[in-house]
Amino acid sequence: MTDIGVAPWRSIPAILLLLAGLVFIGPAAAQVKPRYGGELILAVPSEMPSYDGHREGTFGMVHPLAPHYNTLLKTDPNDRTGTKIVSDLAESWTISSDGRVYTLKLRRGVKFHDGAELSSRDVKASYDKIVFPPPNVGSMRKGQYTNIEAIEAPDASTIVFRLKWPQASFLASLASPYNWIYKADILAKDVRWYEKNVMGTGPFTFVEHVKGSHWVGKKNPNYWDKGKPYLDGYRAIFMKDSAAQVAAVRAERAHIQFRGFAPAERDSLVAALGKKITVQESPWDCAAWVAINQEKKPFDDKRVRRALTLALDRHQASRALSKIAVVKEVAGVQVPGTPYATPPDELEKLAGYGRDIKKSRAEARRLLREAGVPDGFAFTFTNRGLPMPYEPVGIWLIDQWRQIGLNATMVTIEASQHVNELRAGNFTVSSDAQCGYAVEPDLDLAKFQSKEISHNNYGRYTDKVLDDLYQKQNRATDPEERKRYVREFERRLLDEEVHTFITLQWHRIVPHSAKVRGWTITPSHYLNQQLDAVWLAE
Amino acid sequence: MAIRPTSVTEVSGIVSDRSWLTEVGDFCRERPLGAIGAAVVVVNILVSFAANLIAPYDPLATDYGAMLARPSGAHWLGTDAFGRDVLSRIIYGSRTAMLVGFACALIGATVGTVIGVTSAYFAGRVDLLIQRVMDIFLAFPLIILALAVVSILGTGIGNVIIAIAIPMIPRAALVARSSALAIREMPYVDAARAAGYRHQRIILRHMLPNVMAPYLIMLTAYLGQAILLEASLSFLGLGVSEPTAAWGLMLRGAAVQFAEAAPWMAIFPGLAISLAVFAFNLFGDSLRDALDPRLKTQ
Repeated sequence: MTDIGVAPWRSIPAILLLLAGLVFIGPAAAQVKPRYGGELILAVPSEMPSYDGHREGTFGMVHPLAPHYNTLLKTDPNDRTGTKIVSDLAESWTISSDGRVYTLKLRRGVKFHDGAELSSRDVKASYDKIVFPPPNVGSMRKGQYTNIEAIEAPDASTIVFRLKWPQASFLASLASPYNWIYKADILAKDVRWYEKNVMGTGPFTFVEHVKGSHWVGKKNPNYWDKGKPYLDGYRAIFMKDSAAQVAAVRAERAHIQFRGFAPAERDSLVAALGKKITVQESPWDCAAWVAINQEKKPFDDKRVRRALTLALDRHQASRALSKIAVVKEVAGVQVPGTPYATPPDELEKLAGYGRDIKKSRAEARRLLREAGVPDGFAFTFTNRGLPMPYEPVGIWLIDQWRQIGLNATMVTIEASQHVNELRAGNFTVSSDAQCGYAVEPDLDLAKFQSKEISHNNYGRYTDKVLDDLYQKQNRATDPEERKRYVREFERRLLDEEVHTFITLQWHRIVPHSAKVRGWTITPSHYLNQQLDAVWLAE
Repeated sequence: MAIRPTSVTEVSGIVSDRSWLTEVGDFCRERPLGAIGAAVVVVNILVSFAANLIAPYDPLATDYGAMLARPSGAHWLGTDAFGRDVLSRIIYGSRTAMLVGFACALIGATVGTVIGVTSAYFAGRVDLLIQRVMDIFLAFPLIILALAVVSILGTGIGNVIIAIAIPMIPRAALVARSSALAIREMPYVDAARAAGYRHQRIILRHMLPNVMAPYLIMLTAYLGQAILLEASLSFLGLGVSEPTAAWGLMLRGAAVQFAEAAPWMAIFPGLAISLAVFAFNLFGDSLRDALDPRLKTQ
């Protein structure tokens, strides 16, 4: 068995760094000792359809409800990449040498808000509901756990997952921000109880939910992580309108809105509040993609698709569009700066990522001529009816394609209808988005497998080589080997076949009251929402 | 002996033997505000036709080096969030406004007038049925009905024209019917009926020409309304799509976001809409005064 949690030699550099850190930042750290008390007020732009994290996908549920729960593992709340896995209810874990058995040891003394003690029975019941849900019980992400053969609870503090094959992303999937641990007794009586009720082990207990208005949580005095949480409570205010959210932060009626604001909104808050506002920014685990329907001519020809991506001056757009829209980073299939992301110099070798835009566009024109596409060829670009960032990116795309003689007309379709049109193939070229709740190749790349496998492959192509590369990266437990497969996948998807392409990575901007401390932005607005380490400065 | 139906000139007395230039001169002298409105309308129409000759820049050309530039010698009305010249987009935007305005007003007023006159002519059950259908449409405010139609048909100039024209039809039908009810009782209509003319001929040749005055008034009034509705739909994201230059479209998105930092993005297109609608309304009101003998004060 490989014990991930107790490899002593691996800890030496970390210990040295920690000691060095203590020497240099010790006095500073003493000055920023967390303060107890206060109520955090957060604006939430969306509201949940139900309270069940296993069933729903919206951040409108995660932001108000995550503080009531724990998960087995979680991403390090201080890690800006959102990829470092740390313990939550599972204290330690081991992986068998064949990579198929994960054994996790649970913390002792963890209590539900009703006083009952947590045991592996609760964890098993929760994961059984997620992985093997009974009929008529929704489990939104059960497809991500098809590799689980069995879940066992050999004793009160041990939970074992047996896999059908080794899976590189399995630990990350146990850190899913949706996989809240529920109480087994409640699930046994009514498996749908959690759709309308709250009972967790998290740092805050439930107080009230007034639909369309607010959600209130208060400090759990018996929280297992002694000394936490720091806040007395929190109040989530539901506000759909972004102008109202900005006004609330500006008037100091809300401390934060965790999803993010647009650049202009950030600038207006900074101008109005000065030092009273802190701005945290990060590449977002969402990218603005372009879907190309390969069943429509001439887009079945990869030379035409390549011309579309070669026309784009991504580096200029990164500088310009980031001033007006929530896009910024020039990126490949992984969020820049995260473990599997392609470094910028290597990325520049892909079609459309080079810095010499004149050369790229000359190549694009040559390819169009070769493909027999007439000068001034017209097509429709279907855009999603949401202003940010779809509208500015759409305007930019049309302008870029004009530079190589393509005449695209933008047709904007209401957001939910847009997805239906994409699924039905009623488009030629369209905006598309790929967002993940965690930065993990398995989640980020699944969409781009062949249409027979991926129901949201809107390009409607079949590519067995790509499918094979997906499986290889999924099973490669060695990080370097996995990285190679992810790069190969990326090259085939974006350069060799140009099945689809990214314009720019979304950019998350969270301007918040300077009083809010202990919270670090990550590329996902689903992560780091437990609020256990958050505190309010005076 | 066949009875010769009375012609439109003889009945209404609207068109006299005087030349149209004299008529225009009289209109300008008697109704200076209406004349100013008419002048702005004419300028708008000319600008929309000559947009490609007078616009200083391509309205779609982006210049990321000049994003959100203040009004200056290079860009008289500044630039938008994509560095596009605001003046050029307003000039080209007049094409969209005039196209939608004229198309909607023509379709709405014409179809409505035909329905109204037909309803008045046939009277009885036909009139009852048509009027109840019109009442259903009239129960909805103009913008709500337009929103409903555009959400069914989708966005784009063609659909916007249909969406705005449809709610105008019952309003035009109501006005035309009330005028046609009086005309229906005229002796020359009875005479035409007695002469054995077909319904179609009586409606088209004898009744419709006599509701021309209210038709023209409706046409000018609906022009302003249609421009305003198009701008409203585009502002709501349900009208024409970017990057087409359209006044309402220029007021949304980045114009709202940068309302404090770059107010010219919203002010100038807003002024263009207000001026055009005001001009059409002034002209329409004066035209109504001039064409409706009951409102003549002199």
